[in-house]
Amino acid sequence: MTTLAATGVLRASWLLLAFPIFGAAVLLLGGRRTDRWGHLLGCAMPLASFAYGVIAFFTLLGYPAAERSRDLHLYSWIPVGTFQANIGILLDPLSICFVLLITGVGSLIHIYSIGYMSHDTDRRRFFGYMNLFIAAMLLLVIADNYLALYAGWEGVGLASYLLIGFWQFKPSAAVAAKKAFIANRVGDAGLSLAIMLMFAEFGTFTFSGVFSSAKSGGSGVALALGLLLLLGACGKSAQLPLQSWLLDAMEGPTPVSALIHAATMVTAGVYLMVRSNPILANAADARMAVAIVGAVTLLFGGIIACAKDDIKKSLAGSTMSQIGYMMLGAGLGPAGYAFAIAQLLAHGFFKAGLFLGAGSVMHGMNDEVDMRRYGALGRIMPITSVTFGLAYLAIIGIPPFSGFFTKDPIIDAAWESGGTSGWLLGGAAIIGAGITAFYMTRMMLMTWAGNKRWEEHAHPHESPAVMTWPMIILAIGSVGAGAFLIINDRLVDFLAPVVGLPPTLHGIWTGPGLVALALTLVAAAGAWAMYGRVPVPGTAPRGSVVTVAARKDLYGDAFNESVLMRPGQWLTRLSVYFDSRGVDGLVNTLAATIGGTSGRLRRIQTGFVRSYALSMLIGAVLLVAGLLVVRL
Amino acid sequence: MSPAHYVFLATILFVIGAVGVLVRRNAIVIFMCVELMLNACNLAFVAFARMHGNLDGQVVAFFVMVVAAAEVVVGLAILMAIYRARKSASVDDANLLKY
Repeated sequence: MTTLAATGVLRASWLLLAFPIFGAAVLLLGGRRTDRWGHLLGCAMPLASFAYGVIAFFTLLGYPAAERSRDLHLYSWIPVGTFQANIGILLDPLSICFVLLITGVGSLIHIYSIGYMSHDTDRRRFFGYMNLFIAAMLLLVIADNYLALYAGWEGVGLASYLLIGFWQFKPSAAVAAKKAFIANRVGDAGLSLAIMLMFAEFGTFTFSGVFSSAKSGGSGVALALGLLLLLGACGKSAQLPLQSWLLDAMEGPTPVSALIHAATMVTAGVYLMVRSNPILANAADARMAVAIVGAVTLLFGGIIACAKDDIKKSLAGSTMSQIGYMMLGAGLGPAGYAFAIAQLLAHGFFKAGLFLGAGSVMHGMNDEVDMRRYGALGRIMPITSVTFGLAYLAIIGIPPFSGFFTKDPIIDAAWESGGTSGWLLGGAAIIGAGITAFYMTRMMLMTWAGNKRWEEHAHPHESPAVMTWPMIILAIGSVGAGAFLIINDRLVDFLAPVVGLPPTLHGIWTGPGLVALALTLVAAAGAWAMYGRVPVPGTAPRGSVVTVAARKDLYGDAFNESVLMRPGQWLTRLSVYFDSRGVDGLVNTLAATIGGTSGRLRRIQTGFVRSYALSMLIGAVLLVAGLLVVRL
Repeated sequence: MSPAHYVFLATILFVIGAVGVLVRRNAIVIFMCVELMLNACNLAFVAFARMHGNLDGQVVAFFVMVVAAAEVVVGLAILMAIYRARKSASVDDANLLKY
């Protein structure tokens, strides 16, 4: 499809970025003066962006389907000869979906944070960082070229770093922030190499230019680009092998986990893959790599989530797993792009709802995160438990909730991709559905049902309205979003101009989907047998080998430490040894020799005139003797 | 006349002067010993000039005398200054300028 110039109300699309940038600038530069009303400004800015996003969405809907891709040139960033880096905004069906998700869910989480962070003296700074994140994330999804996308990509990384380490007085939070930043840098290196390769091969960064060249270009370049972009996506979306940072990222405040590490930022990798679909179209092997990464991660994350007692870490494992579904969908090509985005949008609702619910529980329980200290909270927190329960039904895919509609098409598409890979990918997706049901049911039972296992001084209570209303709205989204997006192929048709139509469309009820649903019910029943029928022990039992491994994140950190960190430390130690003993040693020995020798020679200067006279005499005698020897 | 006598005499005078410079502490005596060494040289110069029948050695002897006179002027002045400052003419006392 061709991109047209933005007209009418879309010419103001820079407002999307301007609002949150303004909010972040005022809150971060204004300092303590803005403490009193900072949180209100912080909420108003994403709401304003959301209002503009809704207007832009309906404006786009008003155009014919082929004319919904609108570009607005903002300014020339780096115009040097043939190197033209421009900042431009591309509003098309794909980016407007993300705009609505980021600003909509983002606004709800901002409002929730007013209540959640009310006891924190640094609430203003928190809102400043959150607005910075919204601005960077919007730049990431509405940029019309890879360079501006990269700027947003780094911006969200920075905001994520600042917010994971928001309570930087806790060493664990500071370390987690650093870990997230470093793991992301590995992925960012892939993305930046991809951008350099684009410029070297195609001479441009713009989506339109790169995609038209990629269609005609060689498949080798497309394969390299696809794999490098996948590396970038793995870093940002916490997919194997760069998954280890996401579980530690839960050190940040819970609204951060909900917004950045569940609903929006971690899905940027999926956006990158779907946006780059013309490149992937030319590189079947890269697409297969994307699908494999997704399938492996969805099992990996799910297994970790099954064993964690920390409610946030369990949800983080679940996020990895759900993003694995999206990556799997994106790896299936046009058959899966639209469903990956559908899963992404629905996941934004139900996972944000789950995290906000977890935050609500923590808010009432003195920041307790251990589910073995929960139990029997359902009656005490009715609104939280009901919204959490609706999001739970959505994530495990019980019809007619969201997850059922958005996950089943991915399972179908994976199953139908054909051959052995279809069996493996589809099988992984179906087993993943069962694992999802198991860990989510376990979380539900341990938190809301069963016996009281609270600490003595815990006085659980329902959260204030400013926190419950966002959860209620997200719960409504969890219930209805999937059906709204999938029935009548609404999202598929809407995204078709950007990502193409799936080759075949299925009904709601399909064979693999029914198998997944049956497995879901069995797994939920199994979880009930283990955690609902018998009381949950207050301390974790030792567990099997698999449980122990899953508690340790399936040895992801151990692998990184033994394969990357230790050899790296040895290398640095070796270099330091060589530098201090080899290079420095040579120079220092030379200097010490000269210094020592001159120190001893200096002693000849005694200050006694007669000794000088003696040395002169000896010298003269030697000279004469030498002359005589030579002459004779 | 044999030049050997003059050379022996000059050598004896030079050795006496050199030993005096090395073993005596009094700066005045050292001075006189230096003069002795210079004049030993002069004696050798003059003796060889006479023997070879040209004036080169005698000219050099005059130059040595002039240099010695200049040296005495500067040296005695320094000596006076040191003596006034330190109340001592011993060269071993003036040993501050060292390593």
